[in-house]
Amino acid sequence: MSNSLLFRQATLPGGEQADVLVRDGLIAEIGTISSEASRVLDAAGLRILPGLVDLHTHLREPGFEASETILTGSQAAAAGGYTTVFPMANTSPVADNASVVELELSRGREAGYVQVQPIGAVTAGLAGTALADLKGMADSRARVRVFSDDGKCVHDPLVMRRALEYVSAFDGVIAQHAQEPRLTEQAQMNEGELASRLGLAGWPAIAEETIIARDVLIAESVGAALHICHLSTAGSVDVVRWAKQRGIRVTAEVTPHHLLLTEDLAESYDARFKVNPPLRTSEDVLAVRRGLADGTIDIVATDHAPHPSESKECEWDVAAFGMVGLESALSIVLLTMVETGELSWVDVERVMSRTPAQIGRLDWQGLSVGAPARLTLVDPGARQVFATEHLAGRSTNSPYLGRVLPGRIVYTAFEGYLTVDDGALVPAETVAGHALDYAMQRGVPRG
Amino acid sequence: MIPHLLSTRDLSRESAISLLDTAEDMAILGHRDNKKLPALRGKTIVNLFYEDSTRTRISFEVAQKRLSADVINFSAKGSSVSKGESFKDTILTLRELGVDGVVIRHPSSGAPQLLAERDWIDVPVVNAGDGTHEHPTQALLDAFTLRKNIHGADSRGRGLDGAHVIIVGDILHSRVARSNVWLLEHLGARVTVVAPVTLIPAGASRWPITISHDLDSALSQPVDAVMMLRVQSERMRDAYFPNAHEYSQGWGLTEERFAALSPQTLVMHPGPMNRGLEICSTAADSAQSVILQQVANGVFVRMSVLYSILTGTSEVPHE
Repeated sequence: MSNSLLFRQATLPGGEQADVLVRDGLIAEIGTISSEASRVLDAAGLRILPGLVDLHTHLREPGFEASETILTGSQAAAAGGYTTVFPMANTSPVADNASVVELELSRGREAGYVQVQPIGAVTAGLAGTALADLKGMADSRARVRVFSDDGKCVHDPLVMRRALEYVSAFDGVIAQHAQEPRLTEQAQMNEGELASRLGLAGWPAIAEETIIARDVLIAESVGAALHICHLSTAGSVDVVRWAKQRGIRVTAEVTPHHLLLTEDLAESYDARFKVNPPLRTSEDVLAVRRGLADGTIDIVATDHAPHPSESKECEWDVAAFGMVGLESALSIVLLTMVETGELSWVDVERVMSRTPAQIGRLDWQGLSVGAPARLTLVDPGARQVFATEHLAGRSTNSPYLGRVLPGRIVYTAFEGYLTVDDGALVPAETVAGHALDYAMQRGVPRG
Repeated sequence: MIPHLLSTRDLSRESAISLLDTAEDMAILGHRDNKKLPALRGKTIVNLFYEDSTRTRISFEVAQKRLSADVINFSAKGSSVSKGESFKDTILTLRELGVDGVVIRHPSSGAPQLLAERDWIDVPVVNAGDGTHEHPTQALLDAFTLRKNIHGADSRGRGLDGAHVIIVGDILHSRVARSNVWLLEHLGARVTVVAPVTLIPAGASRWPITISHDLDSALSQPVDAVMMLRVQSERMRDAYFPNAHEYSQGWGLTEERFAALSPQTLVMHPGPMNRGLEICSTAADSAQSVILQQVANGVFVRMSVLYSILTGTSEVPHE
């Protein structure tokens, strides 16, 4: 009984009420439970979901620890209800070999808030020319299956083709940052009347759509798996829909910010709203929502991109691209997709937990007896003015500060222990202690 | 009275006409022996130039000195900025030094707006050109010049209603074109822009302008003024147009086009000119060219802007 949790009267994704008992890191029982537990938590009114999985995160370590570390990014993830994150490879040094991805894996395990499942670079040093140590990373202890040069597009079609072919041998997937570089030189925001008026160089939709169109055809010809990062335009939705109808092995993600925010925010020249790909028009927002609702877009991924204040408190064209998103992602999905009736809670489970895990080639057991106890409990009725106190990571470049957002993460559990308890992040030492206990008990190798 | 001058788009017709009328007063002063007005005595204005622009800086400096302001010229070159100081830190430093107004030229679009809207410093800000966004004092001096030539001594209180102005050249990269489009529209003028398709900004069809790609047909209508924009040679490398010769033939104010132009049509250019590329010397130096008037009027308009914003009034005392 020493390490058991009993959630009383939680609401399952499908709407049924149940008690959920967690013991020794696993889901022990779901239903009406009479047995005792070392801790009983009132989950009445709370929606319980399998722990959220983010296929697109920037943890910034190694190399950019002023923005985020594996520990602080893990904390941001837990605060947002996540139990797994896939950190992108654009660290320094770049995650293009086994030693860097193994370092990330170890640091993630030590922190103990979430599973840190590294993404490997496609090309050495993200330079776009020679392939990275793809098989070396796949065979490492980090068992990398997702490869991406995110932040940069694999723009050379020959390199893209070879990478897709090469990783297919070990069931890998290439996650493409679709941005034709010549069409986006110096680009600052969505191309259109507003960018022209503001005097900011335009980032045209076709720069994304032409790469996606090219890559789905390459993926089809070599029979490999392609994933599209942060799809942002109506035209991209059309291309992916066409590719799926054709049977091409393509999956796609949309970020929370592209589900809600539009280019108009650039009018303030406030660089908190500068992101890549840029915020688009309201027509694009409606198109990506529709794409997510009808399954053209498979998942929501945060593209959590922390930056220090000096990279945002400056001229727009000098500022860094990106916004933090882990802590607010579920709230934005509630606001844009659930409260509008476009997605059910079962769909939320699919787009924020099951499918991202499957695209990342992770075993996903969901809310089932015997599955690892990775749980998120959210109070969907809560609303709060989103503020820096809701940010658990190291950076505060959130576009949502000052907005009223629905939903509050009340509990997050990882491997049977709480990482968020009654809405508050559990301290690092406590979590690290649980992680160590869990590792010794299960014989998980220590980094 | 407006607190800052950041753009012409946000300027009302009334504010614009008020600024032009005050510039008329400044022009009268400019013809006296003693050209100085004590209006800004004891006020310190910094000319914060992140981009080289001798013409605009000198014009502002003359305006400031005629208004008796103390002037500090800050150039990014050779300053703390070249040592990597952030924009914000530079502004915080200026705040502590106690300046009363900032005139800013910056390569980043929106930098003057940040300066005005953030809590970094709380003084009036005048945009002297930001990136490819706006250059409002240039548009005001162009409007002043147009009004003076169209309405003469009867200019005060009037707009440019019914006038037709053609702007020719690199609209895409031109802050002068943007500021002129908005201001001319506020003042009631009709604007035609003429350029190769590649040099028209995306979405400009939603602007209050007529877009043409044929200069000869645009010039065949009645035209009060034709404004030629500077074309930069690096645009050729970026495939906006093939070469200087083709540009000049298609979109330059050549000898042939100038010869066909009505003698009543004013020839304008914000300078510096590429003679022989966008404008031929015959046109630039002709009797209908007001290019040098534009330079002179720049001082009066900038005096008007600084006076109006820093004193909070448009009334100029006549002693």
